[in-house]
Amino acid sequence: MTVFDAPNSYIGRSIPRPNLSRLTQGRGTFVDDIELARMLHAAFLRSPHAHARIVKIDTGKAARLPGVVRVLTGTDIAAVFKPYVGVLTHLQGMRSPPQHPMPADVARCQGEPVAMVVAESRAQAEDAVEAIEVEWEELPAALDMERALEPGEPVIHPDFGNNLCWERNIDTGGVDAAFAAAHAVVEETFHFGRHTGVTLEPRALIADYSKAEEALTVYYSGQSPHMLQGTLASRLQVQEHKVRVVCKDVGGSFGIKIHTYGDEMATCAAAKILGRPIKFIADRQESFVADIHARDHRVTARLAVDKDGHILALEMDDLTGIGPFSMFPRSSGVECNQILNLTGGPYRIPQYRARGRVVFQNKAMMCQYRAVGHPIAVAVGEGLVDLAAAKIGMDPAEFRRRNLLPDDGYPCKSAAGMRFEGLSHQAALAKLLKLMDYDKLRAEQAALRKKGIYRGIGLASMIEVTNPSPMFYGVGGARIAAQDGCTLRLDAAAGLHCLTGVTEQGQGLEAVMTQIAATAVGVTLACVRMHTGDTDKTPYGGGTWASRATGIGGEAVLQAGIELKRRVLEIAARLLKTKPEELDLVESKIVKRGTSEQLMPLYELTRIVYYRTNELPDDIQPELVVTRHYRVKDYAFVFTNGVQASYLEVDTDTGFVRLLKHWCVEDCGRAINPKLVDEQCRGGIVQGIGGALYEHCIYDERGQLVTTTMADYLVPMPVEMPEMEIGHVETPTQTSALGAKGAGEAGTGGAPAAILNAINDALAPLGAKVNAQPSTPEVVLKALGKI
Amino acid sequence: MKAPSFSYERAESVANAIELLARHGPDAQILAGGQSLMPMLNFRVARPAVLVDINPIADLAAIRVDKKGVFIGALARHADIEHSGEVAEQLPLVAAAMPQIAHPAIRNRGTFGGSCALGDPAAELPACCVALGAEFRIAGPKGERSVPAAKFFAGVYTTALEPGELLLGAQFPARQPGYVSRFLELTRRHGDYAMVGAAAHGRLDKGRLSDLKFVYFAVGDRPIMAMGLARAVEGKPLDAATIDAAVAALKDDLDPPGDLHASSVLKRHLAGVIARRMLNEYATHKGA
Repeated sequence: MTVFDAPNSYIGRSIPRPNLSRLTQGRGTFVDDIELARMLHAAFLRSPHAHARIVKIDTGKAARLPGVVRVLTGTDIAAVFKPYVGVLTHLQGMRSPPQHPMPADVARCQGEPVAMVVAESRAQAEDAVEAIEVEWEELPAALDMERALEPGEPVIHPDFGNNLCWERNIDTGGVDAAFAAAHAVVEETFHFGRHTGVTLEPRALIADYSKAEEALTVYYSGQSPHMLQGTLASRLQVQEHKVRVVCKDVGGSFGIKIHTYGDEMATCAAAKILGRPIKFIADRQESFVADIHARDHRVTARLAVDKDGHILALEMDDLTGIGPFSMFPRSSGVECNQILNLTGGPYRIPQYRARGRVVFQNKAMMCQYRAVGHPIAVAVGEGLVDLAAAKIGMDPAEFRRRNLLPDDGYPCKSAAGMRFEGLSHQAALAKLLKLMDYDKLRAEQAALRKKGIYRGIGLASMIEVTNPSPMFYGVGGARIAAQDGCTLRLDAAAGLHCLTGVTEQGQGLEAVMTQIAATAVGVTLACVRMHTGDTDKTPYGGGTWASRATGIGGEAVLQAGIELKRRVLEIAARLLKTKPEELDLVESKIVKRGTSEQLMPLYELTRIVYYRTNELPDDIQPELVVTRHYRVKDYAFVFTNGVQASYLEVDTDTGFVRLLKHWCVEDCGRAINPKLVDEQCRGGIVQGIGGALYEHCIYDERGQLVTTTMADYLVPMPVEMPEMEIGHVETPTQTSALGAKGAGEAGTGGAPAAILNAINDALAPLGAKVNAQPSTPEVVLKALGKI
Repeated sequence: MKAPSFSYERAESVANAIELLARHGPDAQILAGGQSLMPMLNFRVARPAVLVDINPIADLAAIRVDKKGVFIGALARHADIEHSGEVAEQLPLVAAAMPQIAHPAIRNRGTFGGSCALGDPAAELPACCVALGAEFRIAGPKGERSVPAAKFFAGVYTTALEPGELLLGAQFPARQPGYVSRFLELTRRHGDYAMVGAAAHGRLDKGRLSDLKFVYFAVGDRPIMAMGLARAVEGKPLDAATIDAAVAALKDDLDPPGDLHASSVLKRHLAGVIARRMLNEYATHKGA
């Protein structure tokens, strides 16, 4: 019997989150809840131009306003904060120039901070921001990624000669021959709109520098405290162990809160200059202009199939504009890299050729947002698959059955070189088709079409990158930990403290870690207390991103728990004059193994260990604390797979799309807390729906972002969301004892593809086709030729 | 997003509000429900030196029904109107529009007068007021006056209200037998400002419409009465040919400017879709 199927295991049970009542009773501590003595507030003057030289900044008037403590410019910040370069060396040839928190010479996108006011209140700081006088010399802007590489287009970094940040090519060699021999070829150009991850709590931090200790404490709403610690220590030249990053409650992050933002860095620099705590809370408007954007891609792709519908070759060309710099330290090349790695990933594809180009432009910076690259890779791959199935007259479900990787064919490697350890595409598809009653739905669709009602069914198979090894970032020179650690400490009253390097963003991590810790050690859930998000206290780790927290952080908890239990039973055996193998620790009780007969409560053992060590044999160390770290070794990434389906209705008069139902079957390996996995899927699907139908960062012809309020930038809202049914296949990964893979991003990765395919399925009888997201009424009506 | 400093005055009565507005002149701004004003303050788009808060004037919140019809006070909250049995009975058009206005939290604070006085051309209530022939009651330093809704809305965020005046509410005529209302708007998400919407009120007799007021919103700088459409249906059987002619007449009735979420071409197209759907509803209407 393993730890997982013991009757008292908490693994696989949907226990409520331990932090739920705290948050619902308003006892959460978000950054803006923290008030420090002598604390000041920062506000930023941001560039009103897409591209402009800063001829002169006059801060005199602003500095004299009530409450203003200091007005700082890029030059002031650069004196204490070293520039950073957002490239990864394993993305060969990538380039991006050194970047400062605030530029002193040229602003390269609207919203880039160019001066900051530090004042007694945020309102006073904003008053003073208005009083800063800047003389600008507007420069021609490179806005359109399609034109960014053309001769004559303004070059944002003149030393580079052109606006290319990075280019990657993959070629298996036989693509042209495969296309020449194909029975059918389909081709499409897909357009994906820029959007962003609107977090409920905006970006926020308080930087507190003590000149006496030469130490910096940062209260931070973020995902990766140790990463920020390393960045701040090296850029601000503070000894790393004297930089403490504390993340208390975080109100959502979605990949937004894991980057090096000029306003946040300048706030930390200003704290060092002034020696006082400074709070910066991004307001909603500056979140829209200054948070990272994502997904601005144009992909042209084609697929070759034989007469039986077997895929022969895939070719694609991806172009993306990332703003004026590559973001430090993760780089802005990863989304393109993922698209090249993942497109067509669920299928056997003998030949593959791909080109990805990442270009600079004078818009807000793009970087990694939930499901990095996946929504595009899946929409392109699945879009082509549906086109090919239609072209040869095959049902799209059958086409997938024929081409999906077989469930007994692992380990194997994709055309792009991705190594798969164990996936379940065929089982997942079969489960999905059953869940949605596919044939019945097709019959309903056909019957309604006769009445002029256009409904569509869209399928999307996918793979998802989870549990990344150092091959993601570390190998490229970034100070981003791929390993993660856990310390378990059993205290005198048998309370179990669990300290982990992975972080809670509101996704329920504390519940999952509590379940693993309680199960591995053998204590009740109620006696576990979680500690996350504090670089002074938790083991060094990477934090929460790339669906790694449960798979990697959870394995460290499990291993620490197994060792702690071993120590407890060893001590118990000596006290009870028996052998450890005869004993077990169950629900905080020492029992005779295989029975529920209590021999000693755990608190009795801890009491002896801590207070009455005289009762312990001399060779027993009174040490009930264990730390374990875990890293993924055998694979670059531990892939998951899944499949989604969308059922929707297109109003062919208005172009409106009404979502009727959504299904998702996900294989994230061992599901620790099924309800939280389901909610990750649902939340992820909602964000995917946002990108598919609503969310769009729209710029005007002068590079001004025009969607800067919640009235203009449309996030998905409950009324329009469909019912979602979630199913699971469990293929535990053999790379860890826990067997858990990630579940955080699949929903977002697959939903846009399912919706795009469903819209096109609905429009097919009308001969119309949509290839752009968000698929707005305007896009749909244009496809129908009605406007 | 912190508002610039301003002073605050609390008006205890209409007379007091008029006096405060006179005292502070053009620097004063009336605060009602604040659902548009507060964001504008925080965006620093509006920069009044003084806010005159009319919320304490309880009389302004009343919804009164008498022989003349229904009077909706300027301070009546959207939620009060939405849940008013009298409004549902006397002004079914307004009742139909209410749930489409933003979200419950906004309707709890937002006021009838605030919506009308702001003059947002995409708002629902101004179009309803025009369709129903409401008269706005206005108090000012020289006494009270009335302005018909059709003349009240003068442009984007522009109304007939003069500086120093306070909107008291609107008088709606009593419900006339045989008149039927229809309301329809197209929004991408429930509660958004409409891409295109229309409020209609007309006499329906044996499948024929007459005296139709078909008022669009979000297609111009104010509520737009579709006169050509009304002429095309006047007294005719509501068959396919009539409806086609009515939709065709919109070409001259409307010249919608595009906005962020709908181009001019899209708005024109959707206006036609709305007209067709609403006229079809009239054509199949059962009952009085």
